[in-house]
Parts: sequence; C-alpha cells; structure tokens
Amino acid sequence: MSEYAIRVDGLGKSYALGGKVERYRTLRDSLVDMVSWPARMLKGDLRRDAERIWALKDISFDVRQGQVLGVIGRNGAGKSTLLKILSRVTDPSAGYAEINGRVGSLLEVGTGFHPELSGRENIYLNGAVLGMKRREIGAKFDEIVEFSGVSKFIDTAVKHYSSGMYLRLAFSVAAHLEPEILVVDEVLAVGDAEFQRKCLGKMGEVAEAGRTVLFVSHNMSAILRLTEESIVLDKGQLVYRAPTSQAVDYYMATGLSQTGERAWAAEEVPADAAPFRPIAMRVKDTAGRVAETVQSPQPVDIEIEYELSQPIQGLRLGIYLQTMRGEVVFTSFDTDDPKDYEKYATRPAGHYLSRVTIPADTLNEGQYVLGLNASAFRVRRYFQDERALAFIVDALGAPGMQWPEPRQGLVRPKLDWTIEHDGAARA
Amino acid sequence: MDKPLTPPAQSSQRVLIKPQRGLVGLDFKELFRFRELIVFLTWRDILVRYKQTLLGGAWAILQPVLQMLIFNVLFGDIAGLSSGGVPRPLFTYAGLLPWNLFSTSMSDAGRSLVTNRNMITKVYFPRIIVPLSSVLSGVVDFLVAFLLLAGMMVYYGVMPTSGVWGLPLYLLLSLVTALGVGLWLAALNVHYRDIRYIIPFLTQFWMLATPIAYEASEVFSRLPAGWEWLYALNPMVGVVEGFRSALVGTPIYSLDMLWISILTSLVLLLSGLVYFRRMERTFADVV
Repeated sequence: MSEYAIRVDGLGKSYALGGKVERYRTLRDSLVDMVSWPARMLKGDLRRDAERIWALKDISFDVRQGQVLGVIGRNGAGKSTLLKILSRVTDPSAGYAEINGRVGSLLEVGTGFHPELSGRENIYLNGAVLGMKRREIGAKFDEIVEFSGVSKFIDTAVKHYSSGMYLRLAFSVAAHLEPEILVVDEVLAVGDAEFQRKCLGKMGEVAEAGRTVLFVSHNMSAILRLTEESIVLDKGQLVYRAPTSQAVDYYMATGLSQTGERAWAAEEVPADAAPFRPIAMRVKDTAGRVAETVQSPQPVDIEIEYELSQPIQGLRLGIYLQTMRGEVVFTSFDTDDPKDYEKYATRPAGHYLSRVTIPADTLNEGQYVLGLNASAFRVRRYFQDERALAFIVDALGAPGMQWPEPRQGLVRPKLDWTIEHDGAARA
Repeated sequence: MDKPLTPPAQSSQRVLIKPQRGLVGLDFKELFRFRELIVFLTWRDILVRYKQTLLGGAWAILQPVLQMLIFNVLFGDIAGLSSGGVPRPLFTYAGLLPWNLFSTSMSDAGRSLVTNRNMITKVYFPRIIVPLSSVLSGVVDFLVAFLLLAGMMVYYGVMPTSGVWGLPLYLLLSLVTALGVGLWLAALNVHYRDIRYIIPFLTQFWMLATPIAYEASEVFSRLPAGWEWLYALNPMVGVVEGFRSALVGTPIYSLDMLWISILTSLVLLLSGLVYFRRMERTFADVV
C-alpha cells in the first residue's frame, strides 16, 4: 500500500466562459462559429484561451491512507469540481491526481435510480452503478433495506415513494459501499434529523474502519466532529490546510470576506432568482452605521435591500441567525405579523428595504452568521444565501460582566432577578 | 510537478487522473471489470421499456406485425413488387426483424447519454457502457418477435436453408452497425440536441433505403453496371438480404456485396468509437 490514498499535484479545471451557462450548443451555433472562424482569426480575435475561467487552479495536496479530510469553502469555491475530478466524473484541464484504492463517491445519492423500478430492483441497479458486484449487493441486501427503513415498500416502484423514503433508500445503498476511499458531498443536508444522525454515525464507522474519507459539507459541526484535518478552498484555489478547528476558524474569519455588509453583484445572483434581485444586506449599530461589531446590550438593526422587476405574490424575506458552527439561533420573516402578511399579499415591482431590529440584550458574545431567504411559501424559493453575512457581538456592558468569564449559551437576556431577605436564618 | 511520484501501490486499484489528449483506445480490461454494470443497465432498459403500457411485451410482436401489414399493402398490393418466391407476409416480416433490431438499437443508443445524464454527471464508469447496453437491450425484443417468425415458417411450411448458420453473423453485423451509428449519434447529441430531431428522419430514410419490403435486386438491377457497390454501402442491405435468404431462402443478389456491407459497418464502428472516446471527456461538463 502506498502511504498516500490521494495525491494531487497542480490540479486545475477550466471552462470556456459561458460554457457552463449555455449548457449545450445547437449545431447552428457550431456552424456559425466554423464559418466565422477565418474572419475572427484575421482580426486576431481568437479569444479561445482568454475566454476560459478556472473553476479550480493549481491545487496540490495529499491525503494519507485512513485519513479523514474535510474540504471547506463557499459555494463556487471549487469543492464540487474537485470531488468530480477525483471521482473521475470529469477530466482535469491541468495537473494530475494519483488515487490508490477503489473510490466510492456520494456526490449525489440515488444515481441511476429509475422511478418505474421497485426499491429492490433499484438497490441492485444503484449498487452496480456505484461499482458494487452483484454478490456484494446480495450479501448486504437485508442490511441495506434495514438501514433504509422502507422494507415494507421494497417491492413498490420508487415513483410512489415519498421524497424522504427515496433519499433514505438511496443513501442506504451508498452507505453500504465499501470503498477504500469515500468521497462525500453534502449528503447530510438531506433527510430528517434522525436520519442525519444515522448517516453521520455511518460515516464515523467508515472513518474508524481505517478508510480514507474526503468530506465536503457546509455543516461546520459535522466537519468538526468527523474530520481532524481540513483544507480550505477559495475561488478555486487551496488557501489553507490545518487541523480542522483551525481551518474552520480561518474559514470563518476570512472566508466570509464581507462583514457588516454583504452586497450582491448582478452576476452573483442566479438567473432563476428573477424577478427577485438582492442588492445588499447590512448590520447596523444604534448610530445607524454599518458595523461588523455590535454590542450585546444595544439593539441591532438588520437591513435587506432588494428589487423586484415584477410583482410577486406571497413574497417573504427571512433571516436565519446562526452561530459560526451552523446552529440556527432563530428564523424570522418580514411578514410574520398577520397584518403585514395581508398588507403585502402582493408586492408590486420596485425597490425595497426590509428592516428588523434585534432587541437589546438578546445575543451572547460571539460571532454570528446571517442567512437570507426570499421565498413564497410552498410556491417557490427565489433566492437563498445561507451564509450571507457575518458579524460579531461584543459583550461590553452586558449583564454579568463583572465576572471575567465566558458565559455559556447563545442568548444573553437581561433578566429581572429579585432577591428577598426576609429575616434571620431559620435553621 | 517537482515532487516525484511514489512507486506503484499494491492497492487493488491505482488510478492516475490527468488531462487526456489525442486519441485514446478502448480499455477492454476496464470494460471487463464493469461487465456487471453492462448486464444491469441492459436489464434495466428491458424492464423499463414496456412499464406502464397496457399491452406490455406484446408490443415487441405487435409493432413488426403492424408494420408488415402496412408494407404488404404499399409494396405488394399497390406497387406490385415481387416477394422473392415466398409468401409476402413471411417475406416482409423476415425483412423487418433484423431492421427493427437495428433501428431500435441505434435510436436508443443515440439518445442514451442524454437520458442517462444524471448518472454521467455523478459517477464514473466507462461511458460506452450506456449506448452499448441500449444496443444489447434491443436483442430481447428481437428474440420475442423471432418466435412469431418461427411460427409463420411452420404455418407456411417453409424450411430454413442450409445457410442458416449465417444468422448470427447477420445479427452481429446489424448490432455492430447500430452501435457504430449509435456512438456517433450519442456523442453528437450531448453537444447538439438537434440529433434528437434528426434520429427519426434518419431512421425513416434509412428504412426506405433498405430492402425490407422489396428485393435488393430491384435496386441493384437499376444501377449502372459497375456501380452496384453504391447500394451495398448501406450495411443493412447485406444484413436484411442475408438474414432473409438464410431463413426463408429468398435469392441473394451477390454474396460479394456482403463484404462491402461488412466493411462499411466496421468503418462506422471504428470511427464511432474514436469520436465517442474523443468527446467523452467533456460529456459530464456539457450534457
């Protein structure tokens, strides 16, 4: 066995600009290109190389046999591209990667599932797609069904499954793969809490069995729990490698580069957000200044600026206040009040500001992350950025500051205590 | 790349991932390792084909029978063409079977990469397995329809000729051609969805250019002497003529022409493989 399970050297992946957006071309486009090619060449306008963007550039790292490595990065930092290259779904444009061992990828569960086939048939099919032998699947069949908890419906076509059942079955097959190297991407974002616990447990088992795991997730607490070392990707480059707790801190401190205000450039907003268009999200202190540090005993204003190019029915803007580790402290929507809900049943096109105040004496000291959501309940989610903006709460002047000790808990309310002294000791 | 590579590992698999350039051959060893996936995907295509249909597998027989009835009216009753000395239903049906094997396999393979895009963008396996299993799954329909042909031969009292040993050859030739064209179409379809619209026309045109309801000699004899090979360039001419002649003993125009069919078919397969392998790298990015 080689000491390394994965060695990556100078790995890069580039796309022709726009190639990801237009997805596929028609024959006509190509013919037009072909015909206009000589003309463009004469004009020195062959921007073929200039027009490439690097989704991943010059990545080098290695993973020892049996190591569980976390991969951290914002959306679009290149995590998925990296995993796709390592699981050989797509070819790199530069550099190389050396892989020692059978790779099992959980890039997305349920790959190869066919809605018309029964759960049983899909287990075999999915297993084969994921690289299992028929014998292996047969030997583990009962275990897979047991783990998924859908044994009653195993001979029903999966198109009749609820989405939860479907995911559980799909994950079960994937979880029973026994690859030497396991590549996991965001699977834990699906399913209910109980199932997520099951999945994390399974991943822990895999790691304990001495197999190599590459784990990508937005869930910092899962990363912290399951991995000892992590790499941080930013804009397609590897910017940091350290023990996970340090890497998470680094990511928190620098990965969210904009604190106090998060502004969205037009090209950052996915096309399917229209007619909603986020402009900015700000944290303001009592003086009305955009601030990255606010004080616990003072109210904090949060402001969301956005535009609607068309009226939207039932639109609600919400914030998720989370800790750095991803635990949600609370969720709140701008039409939570039934009166506002009726008044803004349809929001006409135009420019908007939604403001909310977090009352004084609410949050404990620490770093917090604000997520933004714009949706119409059960109709459509227009836009979501789970980690839009980070800010710091300072405990200066908060209750109990006479004792210089960190206080447990996410909230730090100012509570009215009464102390009664009603006479001498009775004992 | 200043760090030297570690010596080859003793692990079960060692893979070097790097940009692929130029021509790449087919990795038969790897294909063999994935043999079970080929079986499973073929099995899935067969299972799924007639799901949620009222008549189910009966379509495998019903389709060629209906085609046969239409062809008999068009080419027999209206055009009055010869049916090579055997009963017309037998003549047409025996011609339709290898043709349908070819056309379903080809068009399924041509669409296969796009229909299976969720697998292609998420898991690695030799991509050629997808069109390959589409082609293979067509064989089952063929076998079902073949039962009826056997029944018809008994009914009409027609015995297979001594050339019946050639049947597997003709079937293989038809599958090879289907795979060759299918590979081209599948790879093109990933980049140009125009193919989706071209496939039905291609199939229709090709069918008329194949001696299914008429004898190949009708065309050969109309070509200027020395130019007969032009018609034999269509590999399905050799397949359909050969298949029918081996079973029901219709005359065959010229066995030499078969070599031309075999040659075109191999050229199609090889060029299809080369093109497919060349385009394969970008499938997951584009599909």
